[in-house]
Amino acid sequence: MSIKVRYFASLKESLGRAEDDFVHTGLLSIRELWQRVNAATPLPDNILVAVNMDYVDLNYLVKDGDEVAFFPPVTGG
Amino acid sequence: MTIIICTESFDPWQEIQQYQQLTKTKYGATSIFIGTMRDFNDGDEVKAMTLEYYQGMTEKQLEKIIAEAKQQWAVLDVLIVHRVGEILPNQAIVLVSVWTMHRGDAFDACRYIMEALKSHAPFWKKELLSTDKERWVLHNTDGYNPN
Repeated sequence: MSIKVRYFASLKESLGRAEDDFVHTGLLSIRELWQRVNAATPLPDNILVAVNMDYVDLNYLVKDGDEVAFFPPVTGG
Repeated sequence: MTIIICTESFDPWQEIQQYQQLTKTKYGATSIFIGTMRDFNDGDEVKAMTLEYYQGMTEKQLEKIIAEAKQQWAVLDVLIVHRVGEILPNQAIVLVSVWTMHRGDAFDACRYIMEALKSHAPFWKKELLSTDKERWVLHNTDGYNPN
């Protein structure tokens, strides 16, 4: 399956990139996905995650074609 | 219901007036919240700010928030305008305007929408301090004066 992974705000800056294209076979949770694409960087404690623009938790199992976004706490308004 | 994400400065009062003229909602109460950029934060002078957002998700989350408000209160109409890009002190960042028949629904729904926007709508602020240092705003305040 093919997954688009996106990063925003301070996370995008600290990782040095805005997105990854990830290809995988088999079940994969959000937590596992992070470990595959960012092996050298621990998952930040306060991170928020969205799949296809809806919030999910770290145990969500990704599906082919999903857009997964990781970002820090939001600060709009 | 209208959501506007804008890259240019806007006049919230003009937005409200234009919207009311266009929609002609038969309302009895209007509750308005306007958030304005401060020139200070965390004890530092701030000379500009850049607001990033997640195009598509931001609009989707705001639509969900409005739908949640409509389930709880008798809301007739909602206008949300939110700035992105570079913002200067005293410019409006956000406008939430809620039209209802009665004041209780207007006050409560406006408060609900604004608080939900603060915690769920994917926007991020980066401040440019008077020292030219840049820093991300890490979290929102609880909405009351900390002193």
